[in-house]
Amino acid sequence: MGMAGLLQISYKIGIGKNREEDNRLKVKQWTKYILGKLIKLISLLVAVSILSFVLVSNSPIDPVQSYIGADMNLVSPEQRGNIAAYWGLHDSVVQQFLNWGKNILSGDLGTSLLYRTPVAEVIQERFLASLALMSLAWVFSGVFGFILGIIAGMRQGTWLDKVIKMYCYVIASTPAFWLGLLLLMVFSVWLGWLPIGLGSPAGILTGEVTFMQRIQHLILPAVTLSVVGVSNIALHTRQKLIDILDKEFIRYARAKGEAGFRLFWRHGFRNTMVPAISIHFASFGELFGGAVLAEQVFSYPGLGQAVVQAGLGGDVPLLLGIVLFTTIFVYIGNLLADLLYRVIDPRIRRGTLS
Amino acid sequence: MISNIRSLSLRQRALLTITLSVLFLLSIAIGSFLFGEDELAIQMQNKNSSPSLSHWFGTDWLGRDMFARTVDGLALSLGVGLLASSISVVIALILSLLTMWSEWADRIVTWFIDLFLSVPHLVLLILISFSLGGGFKGVVLGLAFTHWPSLTRILRGEILQMKTAEYVGISKQLGKSKWWVARYHFLPHLIPQLFVGFLLMFPHAILHEASITFLGFGLPAEQPAIGVILSESMRYLSVGMWWLAFFPGLSLLLMVGIFDRLGHSLQKLLDPFQGQKR
Repeated sequence: MGMAGLLQISYKIGIGKNREEDNRLKVKQWTKYILGKLIKLISLLVAVSILSFVLVSNSPIDPVQSYIGADMNLVSPEQRGNIAAYWGLHDSVVQQFLNWGKNILSGDLGTSLLYRTPVAEVIQERFLASLALMSLAWVFSGVFGFILGIIAGMRQGTWLDKVIKMYCYVIASTPAFWLGLLLLMVFSVWLGWLPIGLGSPAGILTGEVTFMQRIQHLILPAVTLSVVGVSNIALHTRQKLIDILDKEFIRYARAKGEAGFRLFWRHGFRNTMVPAISIHFASFGELFGGAVLAEQVFSYPGLGQAVVQAGLGGDVPLLLGIVLFTTIFVYIGNLLADLLYRVIDPRIRRGTLS
Repeated sequence: MISNIRSLSLRQRALLTITLSVLFLLSIAIGSFLFGEDELAIQMQNKNSSPSLSHWFGTDWLGRDMFARTVDGLALSLGVGLLASSISVVIALILSLLTMWSEWADRIVTWFIDLFLSVPHLVLLILISFSLGGGFKGVVLGLAFTHWPSLTRILRGEILQMKTAEYVGISKQLGKSKWWVARYHFLPHLIPQLFVGFLLMFPHAILHEASITFLGFGLPAEQPAIGVILSESMRYLSVGMWWLAFFPGLSLLLMVGIFDRLGHSLQKLLDPFQGQKR
């Protein structure tokens, strides 16, 4: 409909006497919306950091020991005490939290014990690798899930619908890492088409890894994630389409002689598209969970692998950093889902304006 | 047989599904008791054999029968899932009943739901397991403390709806306490929801248990958990011992799928509105 049409409507129903006032109202609405979302994010981040800090500081895993690792015998108790004092482990938990929080606010997430580099750098580098994997999987699972859902919905009750539904139920019960193992067995071990693991081939400097080699190592984890992600969106789209096909306007369209793809394209497509994209955005948390497992199976050097190593190796700064980072990641997904409704669906948009 | 199934009503079909699934789950539980030390013992003369009639799922690098290990692993998952889901359901019930107390209580509970849903589920599980030092306790509590939000949301919605019902208003006017209303009006209505919610939580809990164990945070390596079996099998994939991963994973899939169907069938029986959906 566009801006002009919207303004015309709001003009007709008497909101805003002129264009300027209407625009001002709009800016005010959006500022309020963005401010509200920002406050929500900040309150969530504060709560998540308190929660995770309390959890981590209760852990029986000794950070000094995991820092020293195998050299435990070479380090005297006094030196250990010095390290603990240097990290402020002798302070109270509240004091530790405040110190940590102060550093975070100044942009310092601390230093990773495992990688011996700043946490922010580790997260940045690892996340870019994961992002390549997750965005590929996100797009593929979204497109295929949507198409499958549409086919099943349009052919409800037929064998095609039953096959698709069955497939979705089976996929929903499939452990993602097991699927990864199966793909690894078939394509890497038996057929030998694709490499067995690692984000880049072993024994080659990172600078010399070609683009093709990177792609090769990306294929299997991305396929795993895509296959697993299809189920939710397909079932949701199918149900949505069935609900819509039950509506009056569809009956009217059918009475006019529309059927099949034409009917779907003109009356079903946009109605199913928006909720489908929206729930797909809202699934960032599960997407990351799947990435953790896929990266572990294929030893892909992404953020998911880093969080597992951080947890197993007692790397507290990295673990906390990743928890906060993924919280923001999930939040952005939910925000985009919400925004999409606002921007695309004129009914909600108008509701916020009046 | 097939024509017989077709002639059954939806309700009868749901009952049939429930009976079959319960039988399957019972056989896992009983099976794990039948397999004792003998099958799980190390038998080096039988090591690395592929699936055969005497060893259905083959044997591993120590000659242990994979079928016995798998059944034991499934029973273990069943136990962990049962424990974790029960705790989770209790948390969900308590929190959802809290929402009727006052507007503030409601806001706090919703805020907690948002909080727990804001961190990726697996990351939260890793965090909790880390804080408890891993192991059995870490998994059970981790699963229990992360699976309640969605059910709480459903129960809260139910309570919000019931709050406006006339009989609740009349009870209040008669001077009944909030506790009385919760006990005699809300609870009986919530029990079917709780039960279905419990069953539908099960598959998630089991899958998450296997995942987190696979990653190394969950059950200790000496337990025959499916996650442990699968993570061990990774070392033997490149030598072509496919059965180490294939059958245990397939069995897990089967169990999770059956629980899912069981939950949905029960939902059809208990909730006629859901039953109409196809």
